[in-house]
Amino acid sequence: MKKVAVVGVGSTKFSGPQEKTEIELFAEAATDAITGSDLKPADVKALFIGNALGDFDEGQGMLQAYAAENIGCRHVPANRYEGACASASMAIRDAFIWVASGYYDIVLAGGVERATAMGTGLATRTFAMFSDARYEYPAGVTFPAVFAMLAHLYADKYKIPLPKLREQMARVSIQSYNHGSVNPKAQFFGKNAGMPVEKVLGSFMVCAPLTLHDCCPFSDGAAAVVLASEEAAKKLTKKPVYITGIGQSSSGPLITQGSYLPRIRAREISSKQAYDMAGLKPADIDLCELHDCFSIASLIAAEGLGFFDYGKAGEAWEKGQADIGGKVAINPSGGLKSKGHPIGATGAGQVYEIVKQLREEVESGRQVPGARTGITDTLGGDGATLVNMILQRGW
Amino acid sequence: MEYRLTSKTYYEALKQDKLLGLKCRTCGAVTTPPVMVCRECAGQDMAVVELKGIGTIRTFTSVFVAAEGRESECPYIIVLVELDEGPWLMGNLDGIDPKAASMELIGKKVKMGHKVFPGDKYSAGEGVSPLFSLVD
Repeated sequence: MKKVAVVGVGSTKFSGPQEKTEIELFAEAATDAITGSDLKPADVKALFIGNALGDFDEGQGMLQAYAAENIGCRHVPANRYEGACASASMAIRDAFIWVASGYYDIVLAGGVERATAMGTGLATRTFAMFSDARYEYPAGVTFPAVFAMLAHLYADKYKIPLPKLREQMARVSIQSYNHGSVNPKAQFFGKNAGMPVEKVLGSFMVCAPLTLHDCCPFSDGAAAVVLASEEAAKKLTKKPVYITGIGQSSSGPLITQGSYLPRIRAREISSKQAYDMAGLKPADIDLCELHDCFSIASLIAAEGLGFFDYGKAGEAWEKGQADIGGKVAINPSGGLKSKGHPIGATGAGQVYEIVKQLREEVESGRQVPGARTGITDTLGGDGATLVNMILQRGW
Repeated sequence: MEYRLTSKTYYEALKQDKLLGLKCRTCGAVTTPPVMVCRECAGQDMAVVELKGIGTIRTFTSVFVAAEGRESECPYIIVLVELDEGPWLMGNLDGIDPKAASMELIGKKVKMGHKVFPGDKYSAGEGVSPLFSLVD
């Protein structure tokens, strides 16, 4: 297998409602990635695009082919990936394998979503399509309801009084807001810094026990990366970021995961693949962009990735062990919570952030000092798809 | 190979408050809701069986924000129930005020009725789900 590097990256700002179409957003991110790689569109051999709900967002299917034409990558093979919120990570992992195999040498991968165009009602309906349509949706499941149930289950399993767990969850959101407030690409840039715990706890109850500030927003945005074989990468950049470990796993609906919950088995399988491939352990990771669709999801993810013992992540956040300067810097971008969650793009946004951090190109208020090794963690649906990728400095 | 127990058949039984599942003739495990093969051993030799419809609440939530078209249902309680036979089901909980639902629900025994979701333009027809109530 060849070594594969991220050469150039691009990302739009993630935001609330805005007026550009998904193709327009993706074209901006993709062109930045191509130009930033010192390449031309004709150099790109294939496109791998994550887009979960383009059909519902704005009535646009076949986005991947039209995007290829739009950005000047004429007639290249273009694939769309749907794995709910893991779509872009699926795309990047797949692109990695094609380059590692030697079939392509330079490809573009990323994702886009325009979730806000649906409005809350339709977005809630379509996000619920990632649960089981026959055996879960009839009971009125929604995406927040899934993680609300996981929160109660977590409190029960680890014998943490619910008020204490809710405070721990609030601290997760507060940390994310602080980082996002100084990230110009973040939906909540300039907002929500220093939010008091009481405000998180007292905000509107969406699905008990999750309040508004426990939940990530609906978002629009796109991100893209150029992947190249080692040989090509070395000619294009002095700072190639190598993808050294990848993993992906699937699971059935939430009800089939039963007694394993609140642990997400797909994450444990996927992350082990990535760690084993890279020859690394959780302690080797300097920073992590993980899937904080809801505050409780951060605690569950950090434990599943091996950073903290099961049931102990909340304490770790309280002690600052999950922050810049702590044991592992979690979501220095602001995460899904504060940076935003345009679901088809999120995984690409995570890779964008890790690359920028490793190259020391982010705002000083949220730069992880000396970052050499990062991991992304992207969860689709109710843990039905999980992708992890480890990235390391190649200089 | 034909799908042994489709959602349509499962739904028809559930409308009679009957819970169907699949019992594996190879390893004895019970699988519900139905899938193609045994959830434990992936064996194909399974018999359709009727389950008791009794279980234990493992977790819950009260939903205050509904999906499009279901606003009139709000607020409502969703529970995950571990059936006595082993599998977990998702359903609603009847007889408890959603605003008063608390951690005390976890571990409580429930019995099963049913509820019909009439469907919407995306759902390919109606859906039937268990409607649980506490066993006193």
